[in-house]
Amino acid sequence: MTTAADWTIPTLPCPQLSLHGLGLRAGGKTLFDALDFTMRPGELWCVLGPNGVGKSTLMAVLAGLRLAERGEVRLDGEPLATLARHRPEVLARQRAYLPQAIHDTFSMTVHDAVAVGRHPHLSGWGWSGRDDDAVVAALLEALDLAGLAGRDVLTLSGGERQRVSLAAVLAQQAPLLLLDEPLAHLDLRHQILVLDTLARLARGGRHAAMLIVHDLNLARRYATHALLMAEDGSCLHGPADEILTPAHCSRALRTPIVAVAQGAHTALIANGPA
Amino acid sequence: MRGAAEMRRALAVCALLAGAALTVFLLSLAVGSVGLSLTEVWHALFGLTDASGDSDAACQTAVAIVRELRLPRAAAAFACGGLLALSGALMQVLLRNPLAEPYVLGVSGGAATGALLAMLALSPLWAVQAGAAGGALVSMVLVATLARRDLLHPQVQGGHHEAGSRLLLTGVILAAGWGAVITLILSIAPEGRLRGMLFWLTGDLGGTASYGLALGTLVAALLLMLPMARALNVMLLGETVAQSLGVRVGRVRLSAYLVASLAIAAAITTAGSIGFVGLVVPHLVRLAWGNDQRLLLPAATLLGGTLLMAADLIARTAIAPAQLPVGVITALLGVPTFLFLLLRRPR
Repeated sequence: MTTAADWTIPTLPCPQLSLHGLGLRAGGKTLFDALDFTMRPGELWCVLGPNGVGKSTLMAVLAGLRLAERGEVRLDGEPLATLARHRPEVLARQRAYLPQAIHDTFSMTVHDAVAVGRHPHLSGWGWSGRDDDAVVAALLEALDLAGLAGRDVLTLSGGERQRVSLAAVLAQQAPLLLLDEPLAHLDLRHQILVLDTLARLARGGRHAAMLIVHDLNLARRYATHALLMAEDGSCLHGPADEILTPAHCSRALRTPIVAVAQGAHTALIANGPA
Repeated sequence: MRGAAEMRRALAVCALLAGAALTVFLLSLAVGSVGLSLTEVWHALFGLTDASGDSDAACQTAVAIVRELRLPRAAAAFACGGLLALSGALMQVLLRNPLAEPYVLGVSGGAATGALLAMLALSPLWAVQAGAAGGALVSMVLVATLARRDLLHPQVQGGHHEAGSRLLLTGVILAAGWGAVITLILSIAPEGRLRGMLFWLTGDLGGTASYGLALGTLVAALLLMLPMARALNVMLLGETVAQSLGVRVGRVRLSAYLVASLAIAAAITTAGSIGFVGLVVPHLVRLAWGNDQRLLLPAATLLGGTLLMAADLIARTAIAPAQLPVGVITALLGVPTFLFLLLRRPR
């Protein structure tokens, strides 16, 4: 197998994603002001916070799909907004973005829905080549979709559709993965499958991933770094084990949270009403 | 390789449909109040005119029938059917709505208003056609201006907001407005002109003298949209996904809208507002060969042209020597076909 046909190897080197004084507004409300951090190759970031705090908006901005109200995002020092505007086809090979939901209106086979992710690698008429077929086949296998390849996406369950979307995002072979709730609708086994896959990619050093999740314990187990957003616009970020503490999480999520330890395992659980 | 197999299949489907189109085209030339054999059609089409020095009158009649009546009419039917099916397929992708059809954004309403106003003023045919084209353009610009934000800069955020619905509603409400104006014109029109107006409204190829505009627009529209077919495939999953895959969404959407609208304008100017071809044909192709726009666009064009030629053949032979408006035939065929497709859909 050539490297071009190996979906675990991106076609471009992984850029550094850096935020410089980023400020966002939505619906007339300031979400946060002046956010600064850098995501480097090999890191796996989890973004946590209550509903409506701006996690998805931030993700769309980092993906170059939305303009920030203040500050800017850079990819290896180059302004992301310029790249998104003038060279979207290059950007599409540098970063892949999973939206929160995909609404299908027309029939399409699972295989074709995954093959859509190959779009940035095709040219002209774009009838897929041997590498594209190999990438799609390997991803169908990797995300436990091989048995569904011929199914119509309109007939899938929520979790199955989510894995199809994830496979399409990975088929893009981009080093930077920005995933808005990749675990939504997945059963526990598939949540672990997806997180194991993403963690393996990040550890390989050729990828960096940022995902919005709601499960504190999965975040603590897999994330190298975390961004914890609170409703008052304050954002904590840094190494996951420093950020995802019971105290920080209780404050940001406005729910009492305690740590429960058994042997080598520690779990964060909600402690009921204060 | 899968890609190569898909390409071979697309070519095979297009070749099959082109064969069907040619067959119906030849039938249209041969069948009618004066039946002609294929040899006669061949001679009428390609026979050298200088040999007609001693040719008999029957042969000259055949030449006149084929070249001046049947050929322009069949060519216009093919071009209009192709234009309607193509613009229907584009509208369905643009609005991401399987029930979208060429007239949903009100372009046909504008065209009908323009044409009926010209008829009300007792204008000649060219003025009616100019009125239709003008009305279509006015309507097109109106929708594009009112809904320009949704057309060009679809709001991308987390996959919740997609652009289709507001553009669709803008078009639908304008179409409703045009409908009221059309009813108003019909209600104040003198009795004598009503029949012509009704024929025009249902679509009629009887008065068609020219097919150059429609055929030219068809070729240009297809050549413009085919290179974007792959981007349109991605747009089926929504603007957010398309944009994150590097598709220049605003540009593709504007192109699809303009090409679809101009295609409708050309079809309506040539033959009035013929219904159902634009809705049903893309769905037929989708059911038979899938939803890959690289295949769907050319296949729908060929099938739409073929079906409208066939419908027109029925319209002018069913109760000959009288003629039916071709729009009635397409609607009578289209309604049950579409209901069947709609109700057998899984889910």
